Amino acid sequence: MAVGLPENVFVTKLDAAANWARTNSLWPMPFATACCGIELMATASSRHDIARFGAEVMRFSPRQCDLLIVAGRVAMKMLPVLQRIWLQMPEPKWSISMGACACTGGVFDTYAVVQGVDRFIPVDMYVPGCPPRPEQLIAAVMEMQEKIKRTGTITGKEFLQRTTAMGPQPFDIDELRRRREVTPVPGLEIYGQPPVAAK
Amino acid sequence: MPSLEEIRAKVGAEIDESSFRDNRRVIVPAEKAFTLLAWLKEQGFNMLVDLTAVDYLEYPKAVDRFHVVYVLLNVDSGERLVVKTPLNPPELDLPTVTTLWKGADWMEREVYDMYGIVFAGHPDLRRILMPDEFTAYPLRKDYPRKGYGERHNFPVITRSES
Amino acid sequence: MPLAVSDAAEVDSVDQEYLWTLNFGPQHPATHTTLRLVLKLDGEKVVDAVPHIGYLHSGFEKLGEDLDFNQYVTIVDRMNYISPMANEIAWHHTVEKLLGIELTPRCKYLRTILAELMRLHDHLLCVGAQALDLGAFTAFLYGFTQREKIYDLAEYASGQRFHASYTRVGGVMFDVNADWAAQVKRFTEGFKPVHAELHRLLTRNRIFIDRCKGIGVLTPEDAINMSVTGPLARASGVVRDLRKDEPYLAYADLDFKVVCAKGGDVYSRYMVRMAEMMESIKIIEQAIENIPAGPVNVDSVTDVVLPTKPAVYRSIEGLIQHFEVLMPNRGFPVPTDEVYGATESPNGELGFYLVGDGSNRAYRCRTRPPSYIHFSIFPHLIRGHQLSDVVAVLGSLNIIAAELDR
Ligand code: SF4
Repeated sequence: MAVGLPENVFVTKLDAAANWARTNSLWPMPFATACCGIELMATASSRHDIARFGAEVMRFSPRQCDLLIVAGRVAMKMLPVLQRIWLQMPEPKWSISMGACACTGGVFDTYAVVQGVDRFIPVDMYVPGCPPRPEQLIAAVMEMQEKIKRTGTITGKEFLQRTTAMGPQPFDIDELRRRREVTPVPGLEIYGQPPVAAK
Repeated sequence: MPSLEEIRAKVGAEIDESSFRDNRRVIVPAEKAFTLLAWLKEQGFNMLVDLTAVDYLEYPKAVDRFHVVYVLLNVDSGERLVVKTPLNPPELDLPTVTTLWKGADWMEREVYDMYGIVFAGHPDLRRILMPDEFTAYPLRKDYPRKGYGERHNFPVITRSES
Repeated sequence: MPLAVSDAAEVDSVDQEYLWTLNFGPQHPATHTTLRLVLKLDGEKVVDAVPHIGYLHSGFEKLGEDLDFNQYVTIVDRMNYISPMANEIAWHHTVEKLLGIELTPRCKYLRTILAELMRLHDHLLCVGAQALDLGAFTAFLYGFTQREKIYDLAEYASGQRFHASYTRVGGVMFDVNADWAAQVKRFTEGFKPVHAELHRLLTRNRIFIDRCKGIGVLTPEDAINMSVTGPLARASGVVRDLRKDEPYLAYADLDFKVVCAKGGDVYSRYMVRMAEMMESIKIIEQAIENIPAGPVNVDSVTDVVLPTKPAVYRSIEGLIQHFEVLMPNRGFPVPTDEVYGATESPNGELGFYLVGDGSNRAYRCRTRPPSYIHFSIFPHLIRGHQLSDVVAVLGSLNIIAAELDR
């Protein structure tokens, strides 16, 4: 057809338009529990200033956020809170697990610390380090933006295949370890949940 | 600081004493503990710096299973005194010292949480650090460091369902 | 202005039906990290507050029984994470007390400087965050700029900006050089104008004063009875500072004042912290001028300290020594005894009750965390105040969740 487009009109895919908007307005929900939270604060304040990358609108209400940053170790008592917050966030949403503790439990291999939040909530990006330097977190946020741009769809159907809790595939030995650890304690119930079924 | 003779004369003859570096320790049987602590408070030990317990299950040559440790301080003179009380299961209870020092409140709750030592008369003896549903006493020596898997007793939320 | 604590709040039972229950936390910006308060409100007045803690309990003390004296320092770091090195110094102070090690003069001075830098670290964040909670964002940013500089100093000294894990039994990881000292001097110079600026921003700020004065009053008797130490106790008029009363490290040689206030309210705590920062700067300046030369670690022939990394890599003696110290069952002689040692950490008396059983790991390493005890007085402080005072009081207590829960 010979209808010319005006000069200030683009044609693009709906997905790409949505991704473009989502990418550049990430609103983080800082789930700061421990030391990594202080580095998160450092990232947001004077020297590092995450505002330069369009992710400075820290909202403390999960209802307004679309990027969950789990900064710090998550203890047994805190995990239900984390899950609740994740469920409260509206779609589309992503999550970054910041620091060794949130990723794997880090140095705290003890009775009270969850060995990696990715066992219980979905995680899109892992930031290693104890604590990660602010530059690293900024890099992760930028990477996250890249990822959203690359894989995002307006209906969020890219999330549909992710039916397991695990992010990356664990090594075999790791998997064995995890299995051994979830051996349920007979009769132990926590937060009204039935005990984990034995494998 | 009251000498051992004074303490013995006041509270009883079975009280023992030892010292290491600059710490002076008084070891008192559980039933006399409260009397001694109350008396020490009158003697000027007006701050309870620390209250904790030690599980001597695997300790070389230990006689008693638990010791409850009170670290007292006289703020005016700067003297410190450590009072230790042995405890053995199944009678794991001591009178509370919250009536003497209000600061003992949470410290006693922590000892209860971590060791299962009951402080009779405590106004609000609940678990403080661990969830209420937790059944074990994690700092006891017979509890493994990684726990029995309680830390992973949670439902899993996957991406496709949230 | 704050209302006086009314008698009605005391007399009436908290079971009245019209009282509101407000759940504050565990994930709330003003709790900084993870605390939970269940507040009973009568309109806007807080009738009662029940703190719930343990949301960050990570089993520090259990880990301490599993790691040896040098390894555990990495964990201790993560305890009061806004002044990490202060914990290390406290931990190794107690370990050295147990082992009976006398530090070298240079190490004493170095640790003193670090401890005071950490005090600045802590107080800057505390004052900044307190102001942030009361609505003044600028002070927070000013504070954080200075904190970044302290991070740089820590990074220069140890290689890690946050959790330095810098101290070792009988010394430190490695010595600092003259350039580091020059940088510290530059930092102290640059700090003074910022401190003055913070004063100008907050100290006579009408809004800040109105929200702080007369709030959360703690009397000296209560402070002592409730085991409160550190800046909180000093703000209530309890003249006690371990740096003066039980001098450790190099504090006996240095000239500084113990800052006290009489008010016992939020504003006094703020003032005490501000003044303590200046005293810290004074200490750092003296110590950096007078830091003695000589070895920084105690004599390594005694098989106690870790050798330096170059010695490990380049000489067989160093390597052997390294293994001697690090191999299980080989390490250093530990008395089978127990000891309580404490230092004045930025938050108060940070003590460790350490039980040694002859092996190179602690049999029991109880921490006496100041935050834990300070948070337990919170209901006492807040009763009868307004809801908006909750964050003011919380900010002034400077609760660090990891130290609170361990
Ligand atoms: S990863 Fe390290 S810095 Fe982060 S919360 Fe864990 S211990 Fe703290």
